[in-house]
Amino acid sequence: MIEVTNLTKYYGEVRGIDNISFSIGRGEIAGLLGPNGSGKTTTMRILTCFFPPTRGSAKVAGYDVVTQPIEVRRRIGYMPETVPLYPDMKVAGYLNFVAEAKRMNSRQKKARIGAIMERCGLVEVAHRLVGNLSKGFRQRVGLAQALINDPEVLILDEPTIGLDPRQVADIREFIKSLAGERTIILSTHILPEVSMTCERIIIIHEGQIAAVDTPDNLMKKLQKTSKTVVLIKGPGGIIREKLQMLPGVITIEDKGEASPGVCCFEVEAAKESEISGELAQLVYLNNWKLIEMRTEKMSLEKIFIELTREEGAS
Amino acid sequence: MNFYPIFKKELKSYFSSLIAYIVLAVFLVISGYYFYTDLALFVLWGGSSTQEGLWQYLFHDIRLILLLTIPLLTMRLFAEEKKLGTIELLFTYPFRDSEILLGKFLACFAVFSLMIGLTVLYPLLLAMVYEVEVGPLVASYLGLFLLGASFISCGIMVSSLTENQIVAALVSSGVIMAFWFIDWNEAAVSPQVAEVLHHISFFEHFYNFVRGVIESKDVIYFVLFTFFFLFLTLRSLESRRWRGIR
Repeated sequence: MIEVTNLTKYYGEVRGIDNISFSIGRGEIAGLLGPNGSGKTTTMRILTCFFPPTRGSAKVAGYDVVTQPIEVRRRIGYMPETVPLYPDMKVAGYLNFVAEAKRMNSRQKKARIGAIMERCGLVEVAHRLVGNLSKGFRQRVGLAQALINDPEVLILDEPTIGLDPRQVADIREFIKSLAGERTIILSTHILPEVSMTCERIIIIHEGQIAAVDTPDNLMKKLQKTSKTVVLIKGPGGIIREKLQMLPGVITIEDKGEASPGVCCFEVEAAKESEISGELAQLVYLNNWKLIEMRTEKMSLEKIFIELTREEGAS
Repeated sequence: MNFYPIFKKELKSYFSSLIAYIVLAVFLVISGYYFYTDLALFVLWGGSSTQEGLWQYLFHDIRLILLLTIPLLTMRLFAEEKKLGTIELLFTYPFRDSEILLGKFLACFAVFSLMIGLTVLYPLLLAMVYEVEVGPLVASYLGLFLLGASFISCGIMVSSLTENQIVAALVSSGVIMAFWFIDWNEAAVSPQVAEVLHHISFFEHFYNFVRGVIESKDVIYFVLFTFFFLFLTLRSLESRRWRGIR
């Protein structure tokens, strides 16, 4: 449904995204995950034909975003971040405008507006000005305008940002309920959000793809083990043997001598084994000298830490 | 061309946000006052040239009010959408840029036409007591519509460059004024340049219409002016492709 190949976007000299490729199948919910400024919105704006990429190509619903933008736009629904709406329009009037803008004929239009207001819980505010609505309702109006043309592809940029926890849960539930009918791509900088709603996660970091996988697989990859690099002054062979016997150690990689007499090992151990404490004690008991010990972070993990930290703050 | 939804939305917005009513009211009050004073002047002093002189005075005065009121109609067209961010959604609906532009232009032109249409009341009032020649009036109104279209396209162009409506209004007034007054001081430039400026300026071209003369060069001038600024607006809308921002 969405085919992205080597997509690159530069804003003058500034890089937005660099060489991004992924594909999303029909009926899938995919999450675009990354810290703020990583290129999520840029990717989405290209997919929605707001602007073309600098290089590379993207196909949405079988149409090219550069050469057939009108065809693409007819088949998508887009909700930008912080849902921009016309404050001086009434909800029903606004949806009517969007339906016309999306080229629906007047017969299907009326029924569709009614149905979508029902579905998004907007019936009670149908005749109120958009400018007087609460954030939660505005978000629902944003979803309604995206859904009004019954799009094959739904593109949601940070759909739950700025909502209270109850509303966040509602919106997530709602997005989930849309699954199966259509392909959904949503972006977020909140890790639990994707793991709750998405079948597949595309992690973008500094304009590049860091990982594409299911939430479960990613969690497994991340949580199983940790890598620790130690530099110890002492007899290499014996150190290696003793390291092997520490609880929880899975593999030991010999990195050679860092300087004369100092050997370097990369120890992969189960996360819960508290390997650093054990290591330090081992060195002390054998009268070796501990030169350095650091826990190596995988780049993916770095991103996750950033992401989970933001969740804590927000 | 799928411009109708935009046209309808803009027209509704003019009237629901009261801008149209306020601009209409201000325009009609001032133009009505001008009609009364110009009429009084020519009734007292006009002699045989009463009609010709009256319409020339009145339409030149109306032109002045348009200079001040049209930027108030055009300022919001793109600037507001940029400010609200709604332009991002608009550009992801199945419109071509030209359709969005046309819808907005025509909506503004419709409000302007209503404004001008209501001034037909003045010659009608006069016709009740005095015989009015229709020919020169038709030429004058044609000139007014062409002039209005030029002002509007200029205002829309400026509006597409900024997200601040006040800046949009002021700058478009400035640009219109520059085109108006560009040939006023012939002493400041060489005769050759003065000749060119003369042809670029609104002033000369509009004057012919008001005298009751419809010349193709004047019509073409205003049509070209309008299209040129609409073309510039399209380029300005397209700049998001490489600038990346709204």
